Amino acid sequence: MKRSLMLTRLKRSVRLGLRSLWLHRLRSFLTMLGIVFGVCSVIAMLAIGEGASYAAQEEIKSLGSQNILLRSVKPPEEEKVQGRRENYILSYGLTHEDVRRIEKTIPSVELVLPARVMREYVWNISTRVDAEVVGTFPNYPRTRNHQVARGRFFTNTEMDAAENVCVLGAEMARRLFPLHEPVGRDVRVGQHYYRVVGVMEARTKAAGAGAEHSGDASSGGSSPAADRMFIPLETARRRYGEVLANRRQGSFEAQRIELHEITVKVAKPEDVVPVSDVVRDLLSKNHKKKDYDVVVPLELLKKAERTKRIFSLVLGSIAAISLLVGGIGIMNIMLANVTERTREIGIRRALGAKRQDITTQFLVEAVILSGVGGLLGVALGVTIPFVVSRVAEMKTIITWGSPVAAFTISALVGVIFGLYPALRAAKMDPVEALRHE
Amino acid sequence: MPVPIVQLDQVHRSYRMGDEMVYALRGVSFEIAAGEYVAIMGPSGCGKSTLLNLLGCLDRPSSGTYRLAGDDVSSMDDDALSTIRGTRLGFIFQSYNLIQQLTVLENIEVPLFYQGREEGESREIAQRLAARVGLGHRLGHKPMELSGGQQQRVAIARALANDPRLILADEATGNLDSTSGREILALFDELVAQGRTLIMVTHDPAVGERAHRIIRLRDGLLETDQRR
Ligand SMILES: Nc1ncnc2c1ncn2[C@@H]1O[C@H](COP(=O)(O)OP(=O)(O)O)[C@@H](O)[C@H]1O
Ligand SMILES: [Mg+2]
Repeated sequence: MKRSLMLTRLKRSVRLGLRSLWLHRLRSFLTMLGIVFGVCSVIAMLAIGEGASYAAQEEIKSLGSQNILLRSVKPPEEEKVQGRRENYILSYGLTHEDVRRIEKTIPSVELVLPARVMREYVWNISTRVDAEVVGTFPNYPRTRNHQVARGRFFTNTEMDAAENVCVLGAEMARRLFPLHEPVGRDVRVGQHYYRVVGVMEARTKAAGAGAEHSGDASSGGSSPAADRMFIPLETARRRYGEVLANRRQGSFEAQRIELHEITVKVAKPEDVVPVSDVVRDLLSKNHKKKDYDVVVPLELLKKAERTKRIFSLVLGSIAAISLLVGGIGIMNIMLANVTERTREIGIRRALGAKRQDITTQFLVEAVILSGVGGLLGVALGVTIPFVVSRVAEMKTIITWGSPVAAFTISALVGVIFGLYPALRAAKMDPVEALRHE
Repeated sequence: MPVPIVQLDQVHRSYRMGDEMVYALRGVSFEIAAGEYVAIMGPSGCGKSTLLNLLGCLDRPSSGTYRLAGDDVSSMDDDALSTIRGTRLGFIFQSYNLIQQLTVLENIEVPLFYQGREEGESREIAQRLAARVGLGHRLGHKPMELSGGQQQRVAIARALANDPRLILADEATGNLDSTSGREILALFDELVAQGRTLIMVTHDPAVGERAHRIIRLRDGLLETDQRR
């Protein structure tokens, strides 16, 4: 009974509040805008931030969070011997010996996957695609978390026999064989033909960019857009030998690189960081020059998460400030409102309103302002990321928590900033209030 | 002998104006029995409104006691006074003091709302009272759309909403033309005939004549108290 009475009272206060806000609709609307923009910018910015960091994290995850990636890097060119500039063979990078050492000395390593990366044109009759030919082991898909979509990966037997088989990247498969199923057909690289045994899964845009990023660092000169074609490492060794020739502006430059990439897969995620330290140690002992690069996706992931936390914090502060400004707007209007309606307050007090009744009345108005503002803000804030992802083709993610939190906070802002004017209204002396013009 | 509805004993009320004290009431004592029709008169600034505010529990005496139907009001807290104003007192002001954004019906309902009456019930009461003051056909109008006399009648209906025993009117006819004023005074007569106590402040002798008793103030003191 008592509860229902309170409910009816609240209902009437809300109706009353709506009425008096409607009476000054433009003013109420303008006041609300502060909250609308505050809430909407919080949701929109969080959604865009979340989307960007999701993309970054996916990119890193595609490298394998249990992996440590080693890449050959061309050392600074300080050692070019004078006079032999023309025919100099630069020898650097990761070696098979490195692979053996890692396998032997670090027990918590599950797999070590070497790869060579050659920039080549891959042909199907007269169609040509600029690609990275990657010589690697049959367990590449499992190690790199990149699955075969159709057909299969090459096998150990094909590896040992150095057979001319290949697995195409999704994008190059589509470009080379727009009309046919590539599996079972041949592609040509240089003078050699390779039988296509499988096609890899397409990676998401972001994830694909990650894979290409790794290729970019390993071979130094390749464009990041290149697609990858996989062949057995043994086959690559036979076809290409150890020396890769580059022609650069007429002068001949050759590089001797045994391996471009080594992927070290660690059995347990918690071992990734300690193992990466051991690997760094091992490499620095055995390489005279810093001709390699160690990338730990997990560390990148953690860094990305840290960045995201900072980003969220900054965003949170901006949001807090904008809501604060909105709240101050509400307080300002409510104070004006209270002053304007001093007479009404006096009348209501004379007719039996308790202080608390007056407080409630003005508080309800403030909360309606901020609440409706919050709702509009949520509506707008949910729409903007949607539009942004359509127009700018950016990924945006709205977590359900951000609209809920933003709305709750905006309603709280109404309570907090409405309280002072409401209390001021309630504290007025009835006689003074009645005399007010 | 029944308890008087109003008992004032040596009531003082002073205001601080900067460094100076203004003594609006300087020891006023009188009693009013239930059912009396009293006019409070006196020159401007003599303390009539101050006295009426005290009687209406909108204000508290600086010293002295005020008993309303035997209850010492001077020692009550704000909430208790609010309840008394809402249930036992009805106010009628010179400038009507209707709430502009509310309709006639809603204005009459305001005191009922604060006493937590059911919506349907309070609607019914308000309609009945509006009809009684002759505004049954103006329920949905806003105060601005009514004449002064009509507005004052709405105010009377509102003052009666919670069926109070004591009605306080401050220059209720002061803003009205003589015809409207007469209508209001006729309503007052009716209220008194019902057995309600009515205390009105006026400086118009013709209005004062209607009351059964005239209390005259001068400089915050009771000058004369005549029954007729
Ligand atoms: N709130 C107040 N502050 C200061 N002085 C006041 C206040 N209210 C009334 N007074 C003074 O008290 C005296 C009585 O005022 P009031 O009761 O309004 O007189 P009346 O209604 O008889 O004209 C006047 O001198 C007035 O100036
Ligand atoms: Mg006066």
